[in-house]
Amino acid sequence: MPTLRLTVDGVARKVEIDSRTSLLDALRERLEVTAPKKGCDHGQCGSCTVLLDGRRSLSCLALAVAHEGADVVTASGLGSMDEPHPVQQAFLDHDGYQCGYCTPGQVCSVVGMLEEAAQGHPSHVTSDLDPEALIDLSNDEIRERMSGNLCRCGAYAGILDAVRQVHAEAGNGTGGAR
Amino acid sequence: MKELTYVRATSAAEAVEAVTDDPRAQYLGGGTNLTDHLKLGITTPEVLVDVSRLPLDTVEDTGTGLRIGAAVRNSDLAAHPVVRSDFPALSRALLAGASGQIRNQATTAGNLLQRTRCVYFQDPTTPCNKREPGSGCSAIEGYGRYNAVLGASEACVAVHPSDMAVAMSALDAQVVVLGAEGERRIPLEDLHRLPGHHPERDTTLAHGELITAVELSRSGAARTSTYEKARDRASYAFALVSVAAALELDGDRVADVRIAWGGAAHKPWRARTAEDLLRDGPLDEQRVRDAAAEELRAAATGPDSDYKVAMLTGITARALVRLSEATS
Repeated sequence: MPTLRLTVDGVARKVEIDSRTSLLDALRERLEVTAPKKGCDHGQCGSCTVLLDGRRSLSCLALAVAHEGADVVTASGLGSMDEPHPVQQAFLDHDGYQCGYCTPGQVCSVVGMLEEAAQGHPSHVTSDLDPEALIDLSNDEIRERMSGNLCRCGAYAGILDAVRQVHAEAGNGTGGAR
Repeated sequence: MKELTYVRATSAAEAVEAVTDDPRAQYLGGGTNLTDHLKLGITTPEVLVDVSRLPLDTVEDTGTGLRIGAAVRNSDLAAHPVVRSDFPALSRALLAGASGQIRNQATTAGNLLQRTRCVYFQDPTTPCNKREPGSGCSAIEGYGRYNAVLGASEACVAVHPSDMAVAMSALDAQVVVLGAEGERRIPLEDLHRLPGHHPERDTTLAHGELITAVELSRSGAARTSTYEKARDRASYAFALVSVAAALELDGDRVADVRIAWGGAAHKPWRARTAEDLLRDGPLDEQRVRDAAAEELRAAATGPDSDYKVAMLTGITARALVRLSEATS
């Protein structure tokens, strides 16, 4: 079986895996990193979202062996109970969850999304594609950019407020991974 | 899932050799479609040749256009400044597809080679000629809301799911392909095929041929281009129908117009009949509607899918009228 080396939440990890294993299963079942959740396992819900080499990605649609040497950051690696990441704190402040199952994926997705916006990436609802135009992270922009993360409890209103808070606190900057 | 050998290719030539020589081998790019198909048992390769780390991940400005590496991520391509300024339909199409996470993972070539989302194709418990040749088509008599309305066959009514490919069709993209015999270029319009008697074959590529790049040429029409998509929800859904349109006006006269449809057929449908009717004349909503209707005369619909004819006509008129207003 192939040996997979990853950095997970800042720690070097090594594990032998079957080459058919998804990154999500490698994290959860082999490395006991259970922050990313298995919702649909087909790339439709976003609950398995992690930061893969710095970019938000669906770990259920990634073959683990293809990511040898990658840097993986999960919601656990973003912050702790004592020292939550600003995005995690904002979810607490605004009730951006109910059951909490989608939350680790939502949090990683927000971190990645804010970084993309800071880099000037446009979205489907960006009216002006001019590369020089600044991204105005309106509510519609946030909703569109977060559409890959479903919340069956319907905590979307709180999630939106949480993103607004982080975006404002960061002075419209990144709010990115620490 | 079956036993699977994973190989990381170190060069495109090595990858081509590995897959060409082994009928059980497939390429792995970003993996967003293939990983799912492995889980569902839709495809059962014994060897995966990973081409995602080959040095094919840059967008090169050639002066006359762009050469887009096969491994460029969808999000990077959508955000590329030249794509945004000179080929806006491509940026719009990419941003209309999938989610932020998937666009970070999916590659240019993988987007082109993704397979249909026909619900029966994705359900191995049902007959499907595309998944299992000769087993029958469940969609023809089944749930038909997503079925093709143009160019379908008695064997298959699936549609190609890509937004990006529809824009590339309208932009006259060329696909650069490496095979055992060397490199060749295929117009994107000829990459995907209609189902005919062989819906199991999505494209005209031979086994082992590897897409290494997509080339775009600058033009006035490409610079004034857009992509519009109709879907069941506002975001993160495949197209019911879509249109990529490009327009160049000379005064009130249409000097150049390109129209490609998504959600209509087994491949991006280049509406050349409609283009011919619009070229050299004035552009207004009724003329676009008439031209689209002429293109759609060959449409074959059922009670579930006949809405697509009206929707394609309307979305094409809206896209082209908006482009004409933006240019005049």
